[in-house]
Amino acid sequence: MTLQIGVPVFILAIWWAWSNSSSNPFFPPLSEILVRFRELWLFDKFLSDIVPSLSNLVIGFAIAVLLGVILGLVFALVPVLEELLSPLIHFYRAVPSIAIIPVFISLMGFGNEVRLLVIILAAFPPTWIATMDGIKAVEPQLHEVAKVFRITNAERVFGMFLPSALPQIFTGLQASLQFSFVVMIATEMLGSSVGIGAMTILAQQSFASVDMWAGIVLLGVIGFLSNYLLGRLRARVLSWYDKSKALQLAA
Amino acid sequence: MQANVEFEKMSAKRYGSGPEILTDLNMEVMHGEIVCLVGPSGVGKTTLLKSLAGLHDITTGTIEVNGRVMSGPPEEMALVFQDYNRSLMPWLTVEGNLKFPLRHLKLGRQEVSHRIKAALKEVGLERAGAKYPWQLSGGMQQRVAIARALAYKPQILIMDEPFASVDAQTRFELEDLTRSIRDDLGMTILLVTHDIDEAVYLSDRVVVLGGQPATVLEVVDVPLGKQRDQVETRATPAYADLRSDVMRMIRTASSASRA
Repeated sequence: MTLQIGVPVFILAIWWAWSNSSSNPFFPPLSEILVRFRELWLFDKFLSDIVPSLSNLVIGFAIAVLLGVILGLVFALVPVLEELLSPLIHFYRAVPSIAIIPVFISLMGFGNEVRLLVIILAAFPPTWIATMDGIKAVEPQLHEVAKVFRITNAERVFGMFLPSALPQIFTGLQASLQFSFVVMIATEMLGSSVGIGAMTILAQQSFASVDMWAGIVLLGVIGFLSNYLLGRLRARVLSWYDKSKALQLAA
Repeated sequence: MQANVEFEKMSAKRYGSGPEILTDLNMEVMHGEIVCLVGPSGVGKTTLLKSLAGLHDITTGTIEVNGRVMSGPPEEMALVFQDYNRSLMPWLTVEGNLKFPLRHLKLGRQEVSHRIKAALKEVGLERAGAKYPWQLSGGMQQRVAIARALAYKPQILIMDEPFASVDAQTRFELEDLTRSIRDDLGMTILLVTHDIDEAVYLSDRVVVLGGQPATVLEVVDVPLGKQRDQVETRATPAYADLRSDVMRMIRTASSASRA
């Protein structure tokens, strides 16, 4: 724990010391970056840029997760779908999500809905695949338990299959969150005038390197915090899984 | 008196295709009876049990439950599987596991909590309700699986090698538990085992399966009385004789199916 906090603090201190006397315009002193960080984001651009970015991230991620879980469920329960579409799915996943952004922008313009749509399209496949795999891996004996006790279909899906697949689904969620975040920034950097990504790329293009670094620091903080929050959620929801696995290892 | 379960000229294939594994099988189980199915390994004991549970389609013949030809899992039945750690749900507490199959029965709240309490008491786990199954020992987990079946209040309890994955001491306890469940609740119990001692100790009747494809070779009555004791009953000459009889039958059956 001390190391976990100590090492990053140490690295920041080195950065601070090393950059303090820097006159290189591309690597301004950390102190200046932090001052700019406070001026820009706390709270001058908070409503105009941070909120739109975060809302895209949250809404895009949420819809992507919902879509991924529903599709994963349908594909796992109707195996013929996967057989028919599997090559297509893998091709779709192989296309880098950022590569499709220009297509959408040229087809549909620069609107916020388009950005949201691109985030969703890029972010849902990991959750989809993970849900599908997780539900296909449900212990066969649980299927028999469900039949013998005449459990209804809805209860099978929500009470047995989804909880059983939850550990896999969460690994999918982690990847989906990464995609949401990267694509959120990318959509802002490619043809938008609001958002943290837009501010950062604008700063870079106008040689305001302190502002650019302030944007990068903010993006780092948001990325870290969103991962942290998801991790906390996972730890709560899957405590049964982690504990039972730990017990198994100990035995 | 009408039989509780009746197999008539039943046959089944192991994987729904290929050669028949069970053929022309006739057998009756009466209300409140404990019947053990024994036979050489691979003979089709589990296939028979799964057919009765509605988990396996039979090819010809019928299975009647209370005079009704069954199609799909009968409502008066519950099953205890061999592997408790695969049949219990690790994300639910012990109580949650017991409650889950009751949800669709649309019982009142009180009835549900009463059933759960009674079932846990019957298996001696009154205080484990809030724990998770994986926090318990193997024997206790199997008790949870049994309690889950009891809370469902089945008329017929079927058990597929239920004590194969627990240690010997626990095994004796669970055998006595099985008999006391029948005595307390009057359930019909049909149990598959590969352990001849267990079959003789538990049963009112032992059914020996054999042949290829298999059918009922012998039905052995076990007149060892209602009160049985792990030490004393097993020391009686009657027990030893029955045990040797059944063992001889199985040996004949396995050499016949190998030939």
